[in-house]
Amino acid sequence: MTYKGKKRLKLLLKIVVLACFLGLTMFPFVWMLLTSLKGTQGEIYAFPVKYLPDPVSMVNYVAMLWKGNFGRYMVNSLFTSAIAGFGAVFIAILASYVISRFHFRFKNVLLLFFLVTQMIPMFIMLAPLYQLLAKAKMLNDLRSLAMLYTNMMIPFSVVTLCGFFDSVPKSLEEAAWIDGCGYVSALFRVVVPVIMPGIAATFIFAFINSWNELFMAVMFIDVDKFKTIPVGLNGLILKYDIKWGEMAAGTIMSLVPTMCLFAFAQKYMVEGLTAGSVKG
Amino acid sequence: MKQPSKLKMRRNRFIFFMILPAILFPIIFTYYPMVKGAMMAFQSYNLMNVKNIKWIGLDNFRKLFAQNASNNFYTTMFNTVKWVGISLSAQFLVGFSMALILKKKFKGSSLYQGFIFFPWAVSGFIIGIMWRWMFNGTSGVINDILMKMHLISQPVGWLASKNTALYSCIAANIWYGIPFFTIMITAALRGVSQDLYEAADVDGASPVQKFIHITVPCIRSVLLLTVLLRVIWIFNFPDLIYSMTQGGPAGSSHIITSYMMQLVQSLDYGLASAVGVLCILFLAMFAAIYLAATKYTDTEV
Repeated sequence: MTYKGKKRLKLLLKIVVLACFLGLTMFPFVWMLLTSLKGTQGEIYAFPVKYLPDPVSMVNYVAMLWKGNFGRYMVNSLFTSAIAGFGAVFIAILASYVISRFHFRFKNVLLLFFLVTQMIPMFIMLAPLYQLLAKAKMLNDLRSLAMLYTNMMIPFSVVTLCGFFDSVPKSLEEAAWIDGCGYVSALFRVVVPVIMPGIAATFIFAFINSWNELFMAVMFIDVDKFKTIPVGLNGLILKYDIKWGEMAAGTIMSLVPTMCLFAFAQKYMVEGLTAGSVKG
Repeated sequence: MKQPSKLKMRRNRFIFFMILPAILFPIIFTYYPMVKGAMMAFQSYNLMNVKNIKWIGLDNFRKLFAQNASNNFYTTMFNTVKWVGISLSAQFLVGFSMALILKKKFKGSSLYQGFIFFPWAVSGFIIGIMWRWMFNGTSGVINDILMKMHLISQPVGWLASKNTALYSCIAANIWYGIPFFTIMITAALRGVSQDLYEAADVDGASPVQKFIHITVPCIRSVLLLTVLLRVIWIFNFPDLIYSMTQGGPAGSSHIITSYMMQLVQSLDYGLASAVGVLCILFLAMFAAIYLAATKYTDTEV
């Protein structure tokens, strides 16, 4: 075979592999979407499988939103994740700015303090946390969930934001200090605007993680009107007889916000995730 | 330059108050429950029997390791090894191969990466629900495809059989973890200086030689760290099993963390915490041995 022919074959092979991989990655999502759009039980449980819904039906979505309480779950999830995202990012901005900019003793201890929280199986904390919340009469309260998620996302946000602060030259706020700006106002007026993309990506990461959290929510929420999406879906999946059409509709609805945010922040998130590793 | 002490005090106070919230939250909501949880491991702490909470030494651990018919803690530990070992190796191999293909940027490659990275942003719980439906024994799409390919002759109850439940979960987990490795390794590969390859070309090195002598050494430290973090992460990741099988049938697909979750839900906090303490000990030991064995340093080339 000629050199050109070989090269063309290689390119073709590469395209085929990439296409197959994309197909495999997307298939479960597509399959869930197709299932959710099938109107009758006969269609959903047909075997051999009927792949395309005919006709396309919104019955399952209607059932989840109107018969079930799924709209409520979505609002609850949105509320909890948004507060957790803002809380974690705000607290992390304060801490990571100081860690990135100032020299002080125990800085390494502090970083270790954050690292250790990430290594521990959180299941060992569930029982004591349950008691803590029970004593404070804060079970079945979305605010306590938001607080726990804030806590869950602080260490990661601190480490990520440190990286972004490091990338900004120190001369920037030194100029502001000379102009009579205090530490705090220099931070929020001068430095924060510069790393806004990084802050947005960190917020989205914290939001998505809170949106996805299951075990704490299951432990601490059992009143229907306070359930988040994972708790709601968990209730459906524990039943002996799972209604897969409605389950699929719920899954797809829970994925929509993730998808939108991910599409928007994907680039920054990949950068943030890989930045530390590439440097090393 | 020596700072006036008033300025220095202001500076220190600033540092302290900026860091305070980021320390307080983990102390109250992570470290306090963790210590309390570790203490529960040595107590008979069962919420079904609240009047009888007392220190019992190592009894919870003895109960875990007791050999009897109703105790499948040994199966669970063996399952955990399979869960981590098989998932990680497959994710690593496929992720690495895909990264080699993706290394050279092409038109639309960042869009492509966005698509294949998407599963990473979805919770393991949701992923588990999707795969549970695909693995469904009576009308699952996986049975349908395998039958059309003539690999099986009749539908298989993947999640209902002791022989296949765990492996089905592992298959789903492999699928879930590949994007992460692909993205991490692609980024690492792109970070390798192009000059090294050019120099090797001048010396007439073959692609395999270049791979062994340039690529691997250059990304070694990234790979080592990624693998370690991933082992810990997969170990602590029962979400998928929780939504696919709940550890069933008859506990045959439990890994150590899903088993622990079940103990928490059955309100036997003492026993659950004993499992948790074992997890922490095991992970710490593993990390220490791993770092020593691979002679990991942050600064190597």
